[in-house]
Amino acid sequence: MSAVVDEHDHHADDHHDHGPAKGLLRWVITTNHKDIGTLYLLFALAMFFVGGTMAMVIRAELFEPGLQFVDPAFFNSMTTMHALVMVFGAVMPAFVGLANWQIPLMIGAADMALPRMNNMSFWMLVAGVLLLASTLFMEGGAPNGGWTLYPPLVLQPITVGKALPFAIFSVHLLGISSIMGAINIIATIFNMRAPSMKMMDMPLFVWTWLITAFLLIAVMPVFAGAVTMLLTDKFFHTSFFNAAGGGDPVLYEHIFWFFGHPEVYIMILPTFGVASTIIPVFARKPLFGYASMVWATASIAFLSFIVWAHHMFTVGMPIAGELYFMYATMIIAVPTGVKVFNWTATMWKGAMTFETPMLFSIAFVVLFTMGGFTGLMMSIAPADFQYHDTYFIVAHFHYTLVPASVFILMAAGYFWMPKWTGNMYNEKIGQLHFWLSVISVNILFFPQHFLGLAGMPRRIPDYAVQFADWNMISSIGGFIFGASQLLFLYIVIDTIRGGTGEKVTDEVWEDAAKHSLEWTLPTPLPYHTWTTPPTVVPTEHVLDSH
Amino acid sequence: MNKAKQLFAGLFLMALGLGTAQADYTLNLMKGVTKVSNDIYDLHMLILWICVLIGIIVFGAMFYSIYHHRKSKGHVAAQFHENTTVEIIWTIIPTLILVGMAIPATKTMLELNDVEKSDMTIQVTGRQWYWDYKYLDNDLHFESHLDEASERVHRTKGADPRSVPNYLLNVDKPLVIPVHKKVRFVLTSTDVIHSWWVPDLGWKKDANPGFVNEAWTSVDKAGTYRGQCTELCGRDHGFMPIVVIAMEQPDYDAWVKKTLEDQKRKPDLSDQSRQQLMAHGESVYLKNCVGCHQIDGAGVSGLIPALTGSAIATGKWESLDGFLRAGTSKMPKFDKLNAKEFAEVMTYVRNNLGNKVGDELQPKQTALPDDDDE
Repeated sequence: MSAVVDEHDHHADDHHDHGPAKGLLRWVITTNHKDIGTLYLLFALAMFFVGGTMAMVIRAELFEPGLQFVDPAFFNSMTTMHALVMVFGAVMPAFVGLANWQIPLMIGAADMALPRMNNMSFWMLVAGVLLLASTLFMEGGAPNGGWTLYPPLVLQPITVGKALPFAIFSVHLLGISSIMGAINIIATIFNMRAPSMKMMDMPLFVWTWLITAFLLIAVMPVFAGAVTMLLTDKFFHTSFFNAAGGGDPVLYEHIFWFFGHPEVYIMILPTFGVASTIIPVFARKPLFGYASMVWATASIAFLSFIVWAHHMFTVGMPIAGELYFMYATMIIAVPTGVKVFNWTATMWKGAMTFETPMLFSIAFVVLFTMGGFTGLMMSIAPADFQYHDTYFIVAHFHYTLVPASVFILMAAGYFWMPKWTGNMYNEKIGQLHFWLSVISVNILFFPQHFLGLAGMPRRIPDYAVQFADWNMISSIGGFIFGASQLLFLYIVIDTIRGGTGEKVTDEVWEDAAKHSLEWTLPTPLPYHTWTTPPTVVPTEHVLDSH
Repeated sequence: MNKAKQLFAGLFLMALGLGTAQADYTLNLMKGVTKVSNDIYDLHMLILWICVLIGIIVFGAMFYSIYHHRKSKGHVAAQFHENTTVEIIWTIIPTLILVGMAIPATKTMLELNDVEKSDMTIQVTGRQWYWDYKYLDNDLHFESHLDEASERVHRTKGADPRSVPNYLLNVDKPLVIPVHKKVRFVLTSTDVIHSWWVPDLGWKKDANPGFVNEAWTSVDKAGTYRGQCTELCGRDHGFMPIVVIAMEQPDYDAWVKKTLEDQKRKPDLSDQSRQQLMAHGESVYLKNCVGCHQIDGAGVSGLIPALTGSAIATGKWESLDGFLRAGTSKMPKFDKLNAKEFAEVMTYVRNNLGNKVGDELQPKQTALPDDDDE
């Protein structure tokens, strides 16, 4: 540890002279964690709108029964691509962008541990997502077998045209990009913390990302392996998943969900970290139960590896498997409950104010908990024989992804943008964005619970007329939600270009510097920060570990 | 306007916890018509109420705090940040609730899984995009396709789905079972993964190609129960419904007798008028060909060849006939069709869908020498 610090002292003078390279090339060759963080975040925002447009196509088709706009195969392409773009192009990169910006600032490091690899992992992400998007223009259309890419469907010549190998290569690129990002984050957190910052002093955002990075390294190769087996089944006459050749299509489901379940936690654990960072600042209170938050995150991450087949209760498993996966899944409710209780206790007897980041964070706690409730319901295996693959589960995972992960990403944007840019966003428009989003997201997804319970399967382009009313309401909510996000785009551009013009203090938010290191730096942030590591680290957030 | 009122009434009643407000839009899970489906409904309600209760407590505390503990009201922040007792309590109580839930859930799971001592067995085979039912205790065997009215409407832009009774939830030949009998299902598939779900029976089960799954039901009440495929199985995944009719034993016995007789009856190979051939041909086309080749014969660009102007469809009928019977690596073989159906569908394809060959094929022409022996 001391060696690292010495080196920084040694080079400190050089660093002060470096500004960003001039012109557009700056963004191509940059190795600066702030620049790369910005690239990740802007790319994720762009993909959020691309994936969102696909969602609008889906909701437009489902506005009324009957087929109005699109062919069923194109509809299936839309659901498939919407999921892939949102998961791999928007939510995951957005969190990597936050990690790039915030982890070095929060642990007192000058940059990420492996800056060149950082650049490479970003551009590989762009290549991967563009490759995936290019399949939309290919003969036979984009992949349309669902984001889960189940064989034999995705291998069928009448279902997927030329797109499959491109989609698979895209998954390989995205996987390598994620793994490099994860390695970088782990290396940074383990080696570059300020000398006085112990592991149990780290802000929870850093903790949750550390754990997420391990999940990424563990499961991305599994997914890459699964899709590679699809590739060889399709083009090299292997039969991993083909019963006629001695394989088993259910094997793919097991491998996919061994990746897939930790994957969904990859998208939620950093969310927990951001919420645990924002809520204490606006409650003006230390986070309740710091140590139990760390342990709860670690337990959830561990459990995520041993519950995968709860996505497969109805595929036909031995009774012992059904029962085991039911019990293991139910247990997740305990550490997740601890987190929700801790956030509530953090607000309890605080002195709360409700700026936009806090509003989004509170909505996250409430609506994520709703998604958690339906998750608990689905863990009851026999009940899942009814819920599975209906709109009930569509409602469930959208509650855990949209008003949870996406809302927290919005909260993080409002929370840190003033620090990053030195400009204050427009609070009025921010609040308008929040209220429109939180109301419309519920109009969009809450009725889907009813649709699922009433018997509407997911992934269908047309439906029986008794599902018409709730679908129409859901679509209206979807259109309002989609349009409201343009406000966020406006706010981001406006803030970058000067915002309200109000002078932003170093702390930005009242007493924020008590909670985390980045607020002790000057605003706007210089291009290079922590070239000399801080000697004192705030411990407001970690009191109970001392 | 009326609709909006009904919806608000529905929402209001739901808020009061009164459950289903209107017959046409269900808000809650159906109780179903079997013991298992009722047990599952009870589990669902139990866990739902537990969630509602926890939600009231947690959100209640949170909103109390949001209302009272705000800076604008001059509240000064307390600085506590841990409390071991509280943390142990809110770990143990949820654990106990979960154990309490696991007990009835396990019971129902064991019940759902118990396929022993069944009275009869039906093999369900998922196909793109229809279901194939085979009664293993007698020789009943038939396919169950989406009904023609739904088929036409969902393939026609601007057609009104409300004009079709049970739009997308109706089939040409429903599965018929007796009430109060333990019916065992063995489920499989010949192409991709499908999933067989009738909500009133309480479960769905995947039909995996090359493997066999088991499930069972015992229906308490005679009636018609509808469901759908619930595993994405390609472009027409949304168009392969399931209809189960549960009958009292005497009605069921009569149905079996009649259906077996119909099944044994030889197809009528007498000549038909051009009009008849085309009309019947369209029905055969809608059941067997339309899923891939589309209602106008245009196929799907890049995936499925068009029949309009196709050399195979409009060439010599003998080679078309051979092609249909043999299938290809992309197309299943259609040797299940009889001579009558071959004549009808070929006449239709060659003289409709933009084709004008001008010939007329009669069942006797397309009959194979051994067709008489069947």
